[in-house]
Amino acid sequence: MDTNTKDIETVEVETNETETVETETVEAEAVDVKPKNLKKPKKLSSHGGVSKKSLRRWGILFLGPVTAAFIIGFVWPFIQGIYLSFCSFRTTSDAQLLPFKGESLFKNYEKAVTDPSFLHSFWYTALFAVVSLVLINVLAFMVAYALTQGIKGSNLFRTVFFMPNLIGGIVLGYIWSMIFDGILSYYGTSILMETQYGFWGLIILMCWQQIGYMMIIYIAGLQAVPEDMLEAAKIDGATKTQTLFRVIIPNVMPSVTICTFLSLTNGFKLFDQNLALTGGLPFIIQPDGSSIKTTEMLALNIYNTFYGSNAAAQGTAQAKAVLFFILVAGLGLLQLAYTRKKEVQQ
Amino acid sequence: MKAKRILAIVLALALVLALAACSSTGSGSDTDKKDDGGSTAAGGSVYWLNFKPELDETLQSLAAKYTEEKGVDVKVVTAASGTYSQTLTSEMDKSNPPTLFVIGNQQGVKDWKDYAIDLKDTAIANELNTDAYNLYDDTGKLVSIGYCYECYGIIANPDLIEKAGHTMDEIKDFAGLKAVAEDIHARAAELGFDAFSSSDMDDSSSWRFTGHMANLEYFYEERDAGGWTECPPSLTGKYMENFKNLYDLCINNSLTDPKDLATGGHDAENEFKTGKAAFFVNGSWEYAAVSADVPNATMIPYYCGVDGEEKAGLNCGTENCWAVNAKVSEADQQATIDFMVWLVTDADASAAMVEQLGIMPYKGAVESTNGFLNDAAKYTADGCYVMDWATNYQPNVDEYRAALVSALNAYNADQSDANWENVKTAFVDGWATQYAAANAS
Repeated sequence: MDTNTKDIETVEVETNETETVETETVEAEAVDVKPKNLKKPKKLSSHGGVSKKSLRRWGILFLGPVTAAFIIGFVWPFIQGIYLSFCSFRTTSDAQLLPFKGESLFKNYEKAVTDPSFLHSFWYTALFAVVSLVLINVLAFMVAYALTQGIKGSNLFRTVFFMPNLIGGIVLGYIWSMIFDGILSYYGTSILMETQYGFWGLIILMCWQQIGYMMIIYIAGLQAVPEDMLEAAKIDGATKTQTLFRVIIPNVMPSVTICTFLSLTNGFKLFDQNLALTGGLPFIIQPDGSSIKTTEMLALNIYNTFYGSNAAAQGTAQAKAVLFFILVAGLGLLQLAYTRKKEVQQ
Repeated sequence: MKAKRILAIVLALALVLALAACSSTGSGSDTDKKDDGGSTAAGGSVYWLNFKPELDETLQSLAAKYTEEKGVDVKVVTAASGTYSQTLTSEMDKSNPPTLFVIGNQQGVKDWKDYAIDLKDTAIANELNTDAYNLYDDTGKLVSIGYCYECYGIIANPDLIEKAGHTMDEIKDFAGLKAVAEDIHARAAELGFDAFSSSDMDDSSSWRFTGHMANLEYFYEERDAGGWTECPPSLTGKYMENFKNLYDLCINNSLTDPKDLATGGHDAENEFKTGKAAFFVNGSWEYAAVSADVPNATMIPYYCGVDGEEKAGLNCGTENCWAVNAKVSEADQQATIDFMVWLVTDADASAAMVEQLGIMPYKGAVESTNGFLNDAAKYTADGCYVMDWATNYQPNVDEYRAALVSALNAYNADQSDANWENVKTAFVDGWATQYAAANAS
């Protein structure tokens, strides 16, 4: 009995979404599915009220699992993470909140921003993110453009270009370190010896991995450029370059938005590849015996702070992680807002 | 309409399935918990977070055997190589944390002493036959006790050395070692083998130098200071020249061009086993792997040009020290100690452990069959001094060693004085910096 009423309610929800003009046909349909022993036929004719109520009642049930998963997997750890950044702790369950008086509550943050290795990794990461953002997007767009020109076998090319994206970061890092060292050993050096090698090695790795993925998004964008616009441009005598820059690119701006967002945040969040390819080597040994890991990016710096130093440093690492989140989220939003402005409405 | 309805049904089914899956795993863990609770009431259970991957197989079978014999649950989890502190940090946070874990050095004592019970006068401490491998904190609490010890030095292949026209008796100090090694290296093409196997600087091998060979510098400093009881805030670097002597000999008289050491990929163990190299810098745990191919393999001390080093012995010590978790129930602690006692007194169990570990410093454990550990005992019997593991004091050990690896990489590629100065800075000043970082509040 219960299930029967539910069925009907579902139907009613659907009818609400359709035009009210169609009410009659919908009702007929609803009657069709109506079991013969239905006791409350009145409900059927009352639109709106009941179904909205049921939406409200059951909506929570349907949203529940996702919300719960989101809270357990994201919101709660996130809040706890912020809390921990004000704590001194070894394991998270016996964290001690820092004393409230004066600056000591912000001690972890103070240590984080005055840590030279953190600042170094920030600038290094920023440089990396910008260079990889430009290279990945320009190359991915070029490949996508080439593969939408009707070349033979372009489907095969698309698949092949996309495939590197399916390999995990750690594996990629080790494979590429072998490739680079295979070449560099001819010159008596290694990717671990020079900061520049590590930087460009990581750029090459990331381009190789990401271009295929961005290419797919650009292809989708390129295929959505309206034919009539292209035709109009052709009739008006626009050259290929003019068509590309005046018609095609403005029309694929939504794809540009997504791709630049993804590659920017990917660049900042990079961890596995960084760890596996160079692990921060080479270091600059400072005269006082401390060292700067020249190819260490932000995420790896946080990881090394958390596990590499003393118990007090774990709070610092946590503070770094919170700053890191604010940075990535802020940059991502700024960039979204900026490229959104450039999008054209069709 | 129809498509929509089908979609709705499919989605609803997916949701139901997902919920069902959730609830079934949920109930699964419920029963798990109930089991744990039951056995805790019956007298505790054991959870050992093991630190040596090569020991895992033995431990799993011993754990099963113990459960079968005594009816006590024993769970053994092994942390992946090089991730013990990460795994321990997260496992300690769980509702069923390890009852038995490893605190292997002074850094570990500093980090984990609050999580360890005082083992003084416990049943397991009374089984020990030496106090040499125990770790105490600054209040004198016995935080962890050694369950095996190891030794390291230079593994040599006497057959190859004789083939090259020398004898082991020539090697009684650095001058002797240098003469033999350089002669072998000079005639490597003619002999078909070289002096030293490769000294790679990748993670799988760099510890042989940044952890082990570095010990000779620390040890002699420690000896000058009359022994260390806690981590010294700084080093003098007095014996850096001696470290350089041996290190240079090692990288410059080897199968591999020093420029190629940074990324590794040379299998030093295999080079030694297959008779391509006469010397191999490593420790007693290699005995099982090496003795099958080189039955006469023997271990000699780090000769490095220090006065009186004819009386040097091997580097003996351990990072394998048991600690019992202070934050679990007393029943679990008791069950854990009972299990430890069983491991070192039961004939079969201790035989299995000794086969893997080489030797256990307990009265009831079976005797060692490890040739290198027997070498170590022989040196001691001959009145040589044991070079203890001062290396265990390395502050912020991972960071410290990583910097040293980077500096050694640069030195290997270009053996200039400036690059050696950097090695010295990382070695000596790095110690003070990391000490300050580790002890900052």
